[in-house]
Amino acid sequence: MTSAGGVRPLDGLRVVELTSQRCALGGKLLADMGADVIVVEPPGGSQMRTYEPFAGDRPDPEGALWWWHYNTSKRSVVVDLDSAAGAADFRRLVSTADAVIEAEPLGRLDALGLDWDQLGGATADPDAGGRNRRLIWVSITHNGRDRPDPPATDLTVLAEGGPVWSCGYDDHTIPPVRGGGNQGLHMASQYAVVTLMAALMWREHSGRGQLIEVSMLAAANATCEFATYFWLNQQIEVQRQTGRHALPQITDATQVQCADGRWLNTGVPPRRGPEFAALAKWVAELGLFEECPYTELLALGEGYEQIDILHLDADPLGAEVFGAGRDTVNFLAARLGAHELFVGLQSIGLACGIVYSPEEMLADEHFVTRGFPVEIDHDGTAVTYPGAPYKFSATPWRATRAPRLGEHQDLLAE
Amino acid sequence: MIGPDHRPPVWPKPEPGALAGIRICDFTGQLAGAGATKILAQLGAEVIRIEDPVRQGRWDILRGTQPFVGEHRGIEAGGSFNNHNAGKLGITLNLRDDRAKDLLRELVAASDAVTENFAAGVMERLGFGYEALRAIKPDIVYVSNCGFGADGPYASFRSWGPIAQAVSGLTFQSGLPDLPPAGWGYSFMDHTGAYYMAMAILMALYHRRRTGEGQWVDLACVEAAGTLHGAASLDFTVNDRPARRDGLPNSNRCQSPAMAPHGIWVCDGDDQWVAIAVRNDGDWERLAEALGEPWTADERWVRLAGRLAHEGELERLIGEWTAHRGKHEVAELLVAAGVPAAPVLRPSERIDSDPRTSDWGMWVTVPHSEVGDTRVEGLPVRLSETDWAIGRAAPCLGEDNRYVLGEVLGHSDTEIAQLEADGVI
Repeated sequence: MTSAGGVRPLDGLRVVELTSQRCALGGKLLADMGADVIVVEPPGGSQMRTYEPFAGDRPDPEGALWWWHYNTSKRSVVVDLDSAAGAADFRRLVSTADAVIEAEPLGRLDALGLDWDQLGGATADPDAGGRNRRLIWVSITHNGRDRPDPPATDLTVLAEGGPVWSCGYDDHTIPPVRGGGNQGLHMASQYAVVTLMAALMWREHSGRGQLIEVSMLAAANATCEFATYFWLNQQIEVQRQTGRHALPQITDATQVQCADGRWLNTGVPPRRGPEFAALAKWVAELGLFEECPYTELLALGEGYEQIDILHLDADPLGAEVFGAGRDTVNFLAARLGAHELFVGLQSIGLACGIVYSPEEMLADEHFVTRGFPVEIDHDGTAVTYPGAPYKFSATPWRATRAPRLGEHQDLLAE
Repeated sequence: MIGPDHRPPVWPKPEPGALAGIRICDFTGQLAGAGATKILAQLGAEVIRIEDPVRQGRWDILRGTQPFVGEHRGIEAGGSFNNHNAGKLGITLNLRDDRAKDLLRELVAASDAVTENFAAGVMERLGFGYEALRAIKPDIVYVSNCGFGADGPYASFRSWGPIAQAVSGLTFQSGLPDLPPAGWGYSFMDHTGAYYMAMAILMALYHRRRTGEGQWVDLACVEAAGTLHGAASLDFTVNDRPARRDGLPNSNRCQSPAMAPHGIWVCDGDDQWVAIAVRNDGDWERLAEALGEPWTADERWVRLAGRLAHEGELERLIGEWTAHRGKHEVAELLVAAGVPAAPVLRPSERIDSDPRTSDWGMWVTVPHSEVGDTRVEGLPVRLSETDWAIGRAAPCLGEDNRYVLGEVLGHSDTEIAQLEADGVI
């Protein structure tokens, strides 16, 4: 949607999206960067409008926060694809579009005569049958258009696609864990957008569109890291471990609970001389030097250029000093809140991260200063949203509220 | 180091990809950066990776760390490095030497984009911050990717995947009640940050193609991660309902949209699990019929509200049923009935025994100049006209010095030999 403000990189591009939770993020990513994304909803509205939570906890298709989040900056039309008039509307809409994004059940669009083969086709005669040879068609499926289309959700995709195997706890009697936030759905949309952008670049000089297929199952497989690389290279399986990397071997804990009950990811404890010196200095500044039982070992650590943590067996003193660094962080965690420990350690050059909840991240001064939380106008009421995933210096990200059902129905008359 | 007469095994690529003609001057490493330019390379861009010959490219710790390719060891044998850099070219530049800086200026002038994922400020210290790059090439696209971004109170803070995940809320949102955060068991945000970086590069290039205008994209990985919570963030900003509350997180259940039962249950065997998602009352009816157990007839289970009200009990009953069955057997039974279900696949199963991934072409064998044929990941996409391809494995250190400095930048063999002899490349 065009609105006041500067130029955006995808201004002038029109994308038709058939509403689905499987491709909604893809449309949002394009719309927030300037594309005119027209989301096509069935009569009665997108299923996402029925998902809780709702604004004010009042079930209302215009108040579903799922809908709000995933459909910013889009325009909405209601089209009944199953009716002749609706099919004609859809054909006309697609004829004005640069790209279509859909995740329909396999075979549905083909049966309606509304699929890529009927409306696009890069090698087709441009004058034949109203096809649009510049059209780019993005099809998100479970695993390609020539494969079965089993009933699936974010959970089942992440389970059979690999990520779940690597997530969970040291205790393997506890089930492995699905990472939260519907990331299995997100992965496919993220690959869809990258690939669509590449196809747009190619169209700039070839003048031709094409069909892009994105496999949700393969996208999950491509997002597993060491579980995949250890198997591809060494035929070794990794094992899940609490809050840290799944690896073939058991590693030391990297999360510590702080005095306020919140957790901190400690990263790699100090290894280099200056890091031990800085840590000891900070302990002293906190007035804890006398109380801290590790200060003598920290002083020894100052003499190290870098402790070789992969070969601690060969250096018993180095192992003891390295352990003292880790123990000092734990000592501080028992006395400080997670935020103070996070900022304190990072300020002396030790990489670590507070385990924030989503709302705590949004409220943190760093992200507020950078303008990450943004206010989006909802007909006179400002609502705070997570903002730009990237800051473009010349053509910044900008979002408007999600559309009401059929809010832009006039588009069909154009 | 590769000998002077060496030529890369497969170059140029046999088929022009969607991004043919795009050249990237690439300082990225690890996964968060290298994973972005890997995708672009496999879609046809000419990605020229720049490494430090003095430190043997070890800024990228993955170069020489496990998992190693088979029995090989050393800086050419890092399996993760090989995966994230397949299809790229590699050159060495010792930027302590002014002649190397001149070569870099030439390369920037001949490139469409410069990409990096150093800590904030490193490129400025090298003398190649955005203003310097723009002075060399006014329409350059420059994309930086670091944990906390280029400015703000935490600009100096350091990050890698698990830290970005922790600070953004992703770690918090992954786990079971009354336990520590489970988080993601790998650098999920290195992958995902790479996807956002790839989008940013291409969107900025697309804008430049149409307007002639370059720009700097400042990508903070923590912020990219902070966009991934779906409705949870809005539930707080709109309804004052924090994610940090009793009973949460419970990411094996599904709060939004509400589903029950929804989770991961133990199966017969060692560490074997099955995931089941009952999306609605119809799914429940189908599951009940497929199981054929008397307890499924309980009226409490017929509607979602009842299943949610007694979710713990329902989960226990399902677990008792799955515990003595194989994960594949359970998943096949339910999928055949129309209910979403899937085994939790182990790496060996999804890579070597799942024809769906191998038929897709997800596991690609590519030639590597030193360690021979290696297996790397493909892309989870297909393009009907310009499909992706991986012509070769990751470059060895300085493997493409002669091609890039000679054919791309026009230096003679004699000049290149002198640069080698002087330790400039």
